[in-house]
Amino acid sequence: MTTAVSILPAQQLAVLDAAYRRAVGRKRLRLLLGIVIFGAALVLAAIGAEVNLRTLFTYFGNFVSYFDRILTLDSGQRVWTDVGEWLWGWRKWLKMLGETLLISYVGTLIGATVAFCLNFFAAENTSPAPWLRFVVRRLLEFARTVPGIVFALVFVIAFGLGPMAGVLAIAIHSTGALGKLFSEIVENADMKPVEGIRSTGASWLSCMRFAVVPQVTAGYASYALLRFEINVREASVMGFVGAGGIGQELVVAIRKFYYSDVSAILLTIIIAVFIIDITTSWLRGRLFGKEART
Amino acid sequence: MTPHEVDPRALRARYPDVFDRPASARLAIPAMIVAAFAVLVYGLVDLDFSPSRFFAGLSQLGWITLMMIPPDPGSSLPIYLKALGETLSIALLGTTLAAIFALPVSLLAARNVVPSNILRFPVRRFLDSIRGVDTLIWALVWINVVGLGPFAGVLAIAVSDFGAFGKLFSEAIEGADQKQVEGIRASGGSPLHEIRFGLLPQVLPVIAGQVLYFIESNTRSATIIGIVGAGGIGLQLAEQIRVLEWQKVSFLILMILVAVAAIDFISGKLRFAIIGRRAVA
Repeated sequence: MTTAVSILPAQQLAVLDAAYRRAVGRKRLRLLLGIVIFGAALVLAAIGAEVNLRTLFTYFGNFVSYFDRILTLDSGQRVWTDVGEWLWGWRKWLKMLGETLLISYVGTLIGATVAFCLNFFAAENTSPAPWLRFVVRRLLEFARTVPGIVFALVFVIAFGLGPMAGVLAIAIHSTGALGKLFSEIVENADMKPVEGIRSTGASWLSCMRFAVVPQVTAGYASYALLRFEINVREASVMGFVGAGGIGQELVVAIRKFYYSDVSAILLTIIIAVFIIDITTSWLRGRLFGKEART
Repeated sequence: MTPHEVDPRALRARYPDVFDRPASARLAIPAMIVAAFAVLVYGLVDLDFSPSRFFAGLSQLGWITLMMIPPDPGSSLPIYLKALGETLSIALLGTTLAAIFALPVSLLAARNVVPSNILRFPVRRFLDSIRGVDTLIWALVWINVVGLGPFAGVLAIAVSDFGAFGKLFSEAIEGADQKQVEGIRASGGSPLHEIRFGLLPQVLPVIAGQVLYFIESNTRSATIIGIVGAGGIGLQLAEQIRVLEWQKVSFLILMILVAVAAIDFISGKLRFAIIGRRAVA
């Protein structure tokens, strides 16, 4: 096969070649520099975090044997040889798991409702006044940046030990996260219906109710379901600070070295999270079709 | 100009499904809302929500908020700055470790690299179970292994992110263009060559973006990991809350907010620099 590639004169070629090499060289240098900086940051971080590879290697056996221990019953047998003995506390654990689910459900619903009320003030296209938007946005930002468990710690002191603190912590964190997502949906909504309704002399409230809400509810529900999934995980650790749910059982089992209980409770949590993930994604698919999945 | 005369009856006849929706369709949404709120009320009762307790707690919360003002670190500012540095170190190291270990495993979980379902299924379930367990739980497990301190935090973040990265990376790999891979196969490359020269150049920028994003979100997780004793600023926060030093608490919360905002800003810039504005997921 003959090709018709015209060869440039050597002089011209040399110039192009040099330019190419320079460009590649510069790119390589930049990459190398980036790697060096990243490496230096890692070394600094390793010192900061008191990483000690000797500890890790000495105790890595502990990590393996920890799983060995949590999978062993008191009698010395593997847990799955005697499921009845392994899951001896299943009634109590299921009850605590139910409490965890209820905490995340109530927290998500309260959070979603508050976020629903606030997001119209936070969205650029529907907010009645710029100062109000600024205030609401900062409020939502605060609510989602402070970790839920920090709220839980404070609420445990204010409201006393128990699931109430957990619910409120999850509700506040969900308000922050959902408020932002909701207002983004509203910002993407079509404004023509709003103009149409405003032209009939309707109030701001009616504009929201009849022009915006019908466009955005599907997106809202989809995000709220996703949030519920995340909150189930979050609620499973709320018990660590005394805010109710199965985390309380887990932390007791871990601290008191009830090894086989640890694995049994972890198993319940993992299975519950699986089931919730599968159910909500099925529900999302059914309710909103494929395109609404994020 | 006179408006058109509209005969409502004719409209009704023409659009029956707008005017006469069956009762089941009209009632479905209200019924769902009522059911959702019925469960809410049940939950409130079951979880011991009583108005008196709520309002008592609220006034208590008001007191706490008042006592938080003004935020004041007292004499412990150096300790807090050190703790913040520890938190950032935990986030950076944990995420990097997770990414390094997740990359090879994610290849195993990607459909276009490992076509066999039998091999892929267990890898995916394994990643899912790791992801199903919260970072705080992993922190508790690692504390049992390497003792209290930030190292346990690093390992906890590394493990729990390993699960998340494995899934995200494998999705990125599945989204990659197969043509390059086929080209390399056609020129006689081995499977390893296919991955090295066909897949990785396509997915590395995406992966870099995801890793940066996770460093950002892990700064948040790392701030709380100290609550169970795995180092960082959460340890200080939990301690100050337990001894009711509210001014210090509010100072620490402010520190966390500022640090998270700063990391958000920096990593956002970096992400755009690496993968461009368009590809940010």
